Amino acid sequence: MIISHPLLGPRDSAEFVYLGDASLIGRPHAFDDDAMEKFYEYQFLRDNPDGVHRELWYHEQGDRSWLVVTRDTATHDILNVELARDVARQSGRGR
Amino acid sequence: MTQRNRIEGGLVDRSTTLRFSFNGKRMEGHPGDTLASAMLANGQHLMGRSFKYHRPRGVLAAGPEEPNALVTLRAGALAEPNTRATTTELFDGLEAMSQNHRLSLEFDLMAVNDFLSPFLSAGFYYKTFMWPKSFWEKVYEPFIRSSAGLGALSGEPDPDSYDKGFIHCDILIIGAGPAGLAAALTAGESGASVVLADEDFKIGGRLNAETHLVDDQPGADWAHAAAERLEAMNNVRVMTRTTIYGAFDHGIFGAIERRTDHLPDSGGKPRQILWRIYSKRSILCAGATERPIAFPDNDRPGIMLAGAARAYANRFGAAPGNRVAVFTCCDDGWRTASDLAANGIRVSAVVDTREGASAPSIPGAISKLGDAIVATRGRKRLTSIKLRSGGWIEVDCLAVSGGWNPNVHLSCHLRGRPTWRPDIAAFVPGGSIPPNMRVAGAANGDLKLSDAVSGGRAAAAEASGDLGFRPRLEEEIKSSDELAGIEECWSVRNASGRAWVDFQNDVTVKDIDVSAREGFRSSEMLKRYTTAGMATDQGKTANVVALALLAERTGKSIAEAGTTIYRPPYTPVAIGALAGRSRGKDFRPVRLTPSHRWAASQGAVFIETGNWLRAQWYPRPGETHWRQSVDREVLATRRSVGICDVTTLGKIEIFGRDAAEFLDRVYANGFKSLAIGKIRYGLMLREEGIVYDDGTTARLGERHYVMTTTTANAVLVYRNLEFARQCLWPDLDVHLISITDGWAQFSVAGPNSRDLLRKVVEPSFDLSNESFPFMACAETTAFGGVTSRLFRISFSGELAYEIAVPARYGNSMMDNLISAGREFEATPYGTEALGVMRVEKGHFAGNELDGRTTARNLGLGRMVSKKKDCIGGVLSERPALNRADAAKLSGFKPVDKSEALTAGAHFLSKGQDATMDNDQGWMSSVAYSPTFGHSIGLGFIMNGGGRRGETVRAVDFVRGKDVEVEIVSPHFYDPEGERQRG
Repeated sequence: MIISHPLLGPRDSAEFVYLGDASLIGRPHAFDDDAMEKFYEYQFLRDNPDGVHRELWYHEQGDRSWLVVTRDTATHDILNVELARDVARQSGRGR
Repeated sequence: MTQRNRIEGGLVDRSTTLRFSFNGKRMEGHPGDTLASAMLANGQHLMGRSFKYHRPRGVLAAGPEEPNALVTLRAGALAEPNTRATTTELFDGLEAMSQNHRLSLEFDLMAVNDFLSPFLSAGFYYKTFMWPKSFWEKVYEPFIRSSAGLGALSGEPDPDSYDKGFIHCDILIIGAGPAGLAAALTAGESGASVVLADEDFKIGGRLNAETHLVDDQPGADWAHAAAERLEAMNNVRVMTRTTIYGAFDHGIFGAIERRTDHLPDSGGKPRQILWRIYSKRSILCAGATERPIAFPDNDRPGIMLAGAARAYANRFGAAPGNRVAVFTCCDDGWRTASDLAANGIRVSAVVDTREGASAPSIPGAISKLGDAIVATRGRKRLTSIKLRSGGWIEVDCLAVSGGWNPNVHLSCHLRGRPTWRPDIAAFVPGGSIPPNMRVAGAANGDLKLSDAVSGGRAAAAEASGDLGFRPRLEEEIKSSDELAGIEECWSVRNASGRAWVDFQNDVTVKDIDVSAREGFRSSEMLKRYTTAGMATDQGKTANVVALALLAERTGKSIAEAGTTIYRPPYTPVAIGALAGRSRGKDFRPVRLTPSHRWAASQGAVFIETGNWLRAQWYPRPGETHWRQSVDREVLATRRSVGICDVTTLGKIEIFGRDAAEFLDRVYANGFKSLAIGKIRYGLMLREEGIVYDDGTTARLGERHYVMTTTTANAVLVYRNLEFARQCLWPDLDVHLISITDGWAQFSVAGPNSRDLLRKVVEPSFDLSNESFPFMACAETTAFGGVTSRLFRISFSGELAYEIAVPARYGNSMMDNLISAGREFEATPYGTEALGVMRVEKGHFAGNELDGRTTARNLGLGRMVSKKKDCIGGVLSERPALNRADAAKLSGFKPVDKSEALTAGAHFLSKGQDATMDNDQGWMSSVAYSPTFGHSIGLGFIMNGGGRRGETVRAVDFVRGKDVEVEIVSPHFYDPEGERQRG
């Protein structure tokens, strides 16, 4: 596969390490009342769709960016590639 | 043997004679021959034995689809089994051996299987060998295993080398037949960068095997001229002997280029190159493969595909027989008859299943329309055929055409399914082919030459136009046209006897009947139940026939029945080519420590730890057992001073205004209060609350920290920190650099370590305990100005330091430390002594952090701060991880001091049976302690903290040991830590 890195252009997927569902960005708050339940879901429950999936890839043999790649798991079409940092900020994460 | 079947014409160079042997029989051929064509020229039709029934077999095809003529090429370690004689380019001195027989090819003991065939039909593994049950393991399975398989591996390491390469192009054209050449000319002239790849050693594809005219020249001449034009274009790369074996995502193709397979000796050059080709557009011009018709005893040597028969005559100047008959259900079969006759070969009969076939006149041949062949004779070579209309005809070769299957394979590698085209009775690439691929020529079902040429040009014009190039199409390519009518015929009905469908796997029409009758009625089930379409040829000649017959028997149309899934590789790829240079010790890189050269010069014994090669111990003269060396290194360190290269520990430099906050979140224990110039031990959890890694982090400045990780997790911890920094807290001001390789780091440990360091560190630096106490750090210089970092940390339990210098100074640093320490008898120590001292001190390491242990198990439960959020903090609170009786890290020593403890032993209370129910924990690390003079161990035992002094059993079934041990503190050595603080 070829992943179009937002900063570096098209790169072979062999340069990357795959992590999984981009929902891992959404780490819960530790001091919420139901933190245990939320962390359980965050850590152990994942969707595994046959189709469009947002997932985390790490450009380890490159610039060490974490990316959010929107990929169709059935066809391997890559629909969008974003810096995970930007996605995290857009979802309200900061400090 | 002379070339008695060599005829005039063809593309072989008769001015040069090549000598080769088959089963030791000496034969001759010419450049331009394949092994198969040369064998036919020498009158050798019998080339192998079939897989299951050991039937004598001859060559069926003239290309990569060959199921029968598989040979073992070359000898000794260079031997390569299952090589297709039809694609093996002849070279001088070639040695080939036939396969799959006991005794000889002519007289095969296993041919008895042919008479046992009623017991070996579809699914025989599951039926014939059922009873008695006890026979399976001892009798049936060994027998099946020794009988199964085709050729045998040499069992020796492959002496050849293989390379890998990468090619980027605008347009990849797969196949250099008429469509591919036309496409390449158009694409090349447009200015696009083009790769034209063909598996054959000669450009031209079927043009080399046919008598068609292109631009008023013989097709082969036109192809040769086209190849020369292409070679002259700087933007075109023509690759012969190159098979595109797989289509992968996003325009990536796998290719195998055979560089020296056609030479007597590779001369040290790579035998094959595995290419990864990145293309923006691709054009599949892979041609078509002819298929046989199933009729009784259709597998005798001398029966071959009609297109192959004329390829041998037209291209190779080798007569496939002396009296030939043709059996066909399409117009193409007649071309074989007329071409053979034109080559002076006697054609006795043409049998066409079609009543209304338009039958050209073939000199000397009888034409039988609406007829079929119902029987054949001749065990090792065809002698006669029987017609349904009656009568036997004496022939030594029968050319069969059941029509042509477009080579759709690469169009289906991304899960595409081909679609059925009734007018040509074949599957063609379907609607879902790889993105940016076009298909042209016979591969697309355009079986006529003029369609192939125009299709290739059109596809190339579109592809180059897509990419912004301007194709020029003013020059027409004139080509002759031919009839391509067909009425499908898969098998001859109402004829008795076994009719083969898959020659390589010995699958007959009857096997397909059995499969359908017994409920294996889908194409995939059929393949697995009958093995049709398996093995090295993957059913290139067999699949469509088998599927069509299955469709008939299950009352479906062929389109409904569908094909099995096509997967790479298109033809077999040697494992050696996939491995490339990554073999043996080169499988992955070896990382050498900065002091490696010094250690090697001292005769150190090395051990692989991850990718690293580290000194394990340094034997001295007279030491005959490793423990003598290790014990000496431990005792010398504890008595005076020892030095160890600890560069392999992960080192991560952390900068930024929020570095302290960041550390506070990635470590379970708090880091905000760490003062500049101080070091703190840090425990890292995984998000699910299990201990992940540990190390120390030193604060060198207001916004500057250096973290260490374990050797094994250096890469992974860095990855996780980047994840936390970018994905979890993107606005924290934190920056990371991996400096593991940047700094050489040495542990200087032992009571004299301070005195030693005083000799090498800048004199003004105060090393006294007051100004540089335990867990202090500083940046300074050593050895007269070399930038250094000094950490007062101890893994051994002694007064100890770690000193880091830029990696390029590492080797001389080791040398200089040892020289400076001569007055203290400074002793280099390796990983074994390091391990012994850490067990004596009770430090846990990789053996203890096995992915199951919690901080509580390690006795560090209170380190996990409840006041802050940290990775793993919440889920470490899960009740099951916090049971009161949780296993605790403890020390163990044998009651009988002479006993050696073993890691992996399980703990039991005395008097209990050794069962899992009674299991109370396990021993994780052991060492012989020279300090205490007996074996000691670390392990986890339930309620460990409250059981000190109790005696339990350590039972190790693997090593057959059952030892009484006393539970003690894990801190055997200096439990109060006075030495390291001194």
